[in-house]
Amino acid sequence: MASRIGTLIPAILAVGLALVVLAPLLVVAGRATGFALGPADWAALRFTLLQALASAVVSVGLAVPVARALARQTFPGRGALITLMGAPFLLPTIVAVLGVVAVFGRSGLVNDVLRLLGLGPVSIYGAHGVVLAHVFLNLPLAVRMVLQGWLAIPSERFRLAESLGLAPRDLWRHLEVPMLRAVLPGAFVVIFVICLTSFAVALTLGGGPRATTVELAIYQAMRFDFDLGRAALLAGVQFGLCAVVALLGWLLVRPAPFGAGLQRAPVLRQVGGWRRAADALVIGLAAAFLLVPLGAVILRGLPGLAEMPDAVWAAAGRSVAVALVSTAVTVMAALVLALGVAHGGRGAGAMDAAAALPLATSGLVLGVGLFLLVQTVVPPATLALPVTVMVNAVLSLPFVYRLLLPEARVLRADYGRLSTSLGISGLAWLRLIVVPRLARPIGFGAGLAAALSMGDLGVIALFASEQGATLPLVVQRLMGAYRMEAAAGAALVLVLVSFALFWACDAWGRWYASA
Amino acid sequence: MLRLERLVLAQDGFRLTADWAAEQGTKLAVIGPSGAGKSTLLSAIAGFVAPESGRLLWQGQDLACLAPGARPLTILFQDQNLFPHLTLAQNLGLGLRPDLRLSAEERRRIEQVMERVGLAGLAARKPGQVSGGQIGRAALARALLRARPMLLLDEPFAALGPALKAEMLTLVADVAAETGALVMMVTHDPKDALAFADRTILVADGVARAPAGTAALFADPPAALRAYLG
Repeated sequence: MASRIGTLIPAILAVGLALVVLAPLLVVAGRATGFALGPADWAALRFTLLQALASAVVSVGLAVPVARALARQTFPGRGALITLMGAPFLLPTIVAVLGVVAVFGRSGLVNDVLRLLGLGPVSIYGAHGVVLAHVFLNLPLAVRMVLQGWLAIPSERFRLAESLGLAPRDLWRHLEVPMLRAVLPGAFVVIFVICLTSFAVALTLGGGPRATTVELAIYQAMRFDFDLGRAALLAGVQFGLCAVVALLGWLLVRPAPFGAGLQRAPVLRQVGGWRRAADALVIGLAAAFLLVPLGAVILRGLPGLAEMPDAVWAAAGRSVAVALVSTAVTVMAALVLALGVAHGGRGAGAMDAAAALPLATSGLVLGVGLFLLVQTVVPPATLALPVTVMVNAVLSLPFVYRLLLPEARVLRADYGRLSTSLGISGLAWLRLIVVPRLARPIGFGAGLAAALSMGDLGVIALFASEQGATLPLVVQRLMGAYRMEAAAGAALVLVLVSFALFWACDAWGRWYASA
Repeated sequence: MLRLERLVLAQDGFRLTADWAAEQGTKLAVIGPSGAGKSTLLSAIAGFVAPESGRLLWQGQDLACLAPGARPLTILFQDQNLFPHLTLAQNLGLGLRPDLRLSAEERRRIEQVMERVGLAGLAARKPGQVSGGQIGRAALARALLRARPMLLLDEPFAALGPALKAEMLTLVADVAAETGALVMMVTHDPKDALAFADRTILVADGVARAPAGTAALFADPPAALRAYLG
């Protein structure tokens, strides 16, 4: 039975996954009107690439000094700060936008200061606003990945360098630059791919001919023009774009986006003098950039709680239900695939590729395809929630799978033979061996999937009617109606629920693993 | 009786042949240089390595059609013989029921066996909380519970000190006497072979030779064994 779980079930799952990703694409291909892109479409394509490039370059570029400062300084609360600075990555995109607007928007802190200095207000809307929000959302991920690289340099190297009397400049050249050369491409590709499919940020801060992403253009073609042919064509373009980049990333770098604990003691020897002051400044600026918008969300949200319409609570209930179901589906599917691939044998390579396939698609591409599929049978709005569950589950699968695969391989290497020789198989094997041994990554992965699903604003915007909205969509609609107080309140509820779901899953994993 | 019938094991560039039989209840040592294929031989009998040709028979039955867990044997690996997240009692329980749905009677048997091997009072401990010797005892206790007619030991006590290892070998001999099992034990140490095994299998130069009387073998070692002993 263990061998059957090891081969047949994952194979079926991989085929099913490929169908779910590719079938909507076939439908889309059938409906696309012509293959000629209009000027607006070209503009969207160009903007999508440029903003993703800018967002990735800035995020990764800023991450280097921040990670370096965090790696070589110790101070009270360092661990807590690192954890806290990771928070924006889990933040629902729409809430991140609200936070960024609260700081950089027309009546935000930055413009208040500028006014005091007698300078004109700066606008957050447009291409630069989109990039700013993307950097806010992705800088934490970049810092984590680069910091991981720094902490992975064995301390013996630094001891040796120190005994040879190498100056910080020499350390940089001989140890740190080679490490960065290995780590930065991975960080760059991951953030580039994430920004390629940016929807909610472009929807709220971008728009217009100069700041529309392909993802947003698909939505506008569907929702405002109801031009299904053009939406389908754009969806094809988006898929091609993502597929090429995902394939390049898959071939060039095999990044592990999230490593385990970063709370280890710094490996670098404490650096003093002006460098310590510079590090303090860098850490202070980064913390302010990442944490002040978070604080603004909380401060503005508290009074807003009283202003919220009742629809918020119903939407919150729907969002939690969607998040829980899609998380369960993702984690089970990712676990089965990871165990199947770790088991090896024929088809493991194909299964591994199938698990990465969702990276080549996007929420709106899947959404348009599924919309076209179901609209002939039922009104799409009636299926808004099931479709959202499915799309969220599919899109977060590659991330959870990447978390589980190395652990599944270790499990197989360490205890595969013992399990087989004792005849532990099937469900008993899952219950007694797999889940307890893999509880930590399962919990962390589930938390990640739940937070991403909870905050997702993509496919639901295509499908939902007035009544069937999820919480992020309600926040966006309140913003669109300029009810900023109520939007801030609803955003606060959204953040709290997202973080609570993440925390509950992650804490379960840690508790179960140590119990 | 265990019969290796014109058995050929092959793994990229490596080749081992064996063609002999061993009676039930015999205690066999397996000795030879590193990389000669001692572990591979045990792995093949346990079902983790498929033979290239030839057959493995137990009481006349071909083992090829049996999954590792269904074969009439218990194997102890070099390490990782216990699951670190399960208690000692649970690790032993796996030997009775792989799904751990144990009856009161089975729980009582586990308790008895733990007492028998000197692990009384440690039922609720996890492997990380006990010593290396106690881990060895727990693995042997599980072999007692499983009571399969063959016991394969792939140097499970290699990391223990001499006194502790001698204690373990005594326990293995007791377990073998109680279950009447055929024991095959890989070892590097001629003293272990002499102390423990009636007969010894020399694995060298691509051949696992037929078991020979241990004392006679070491009294007049063939060239391959002389080279190994130095």
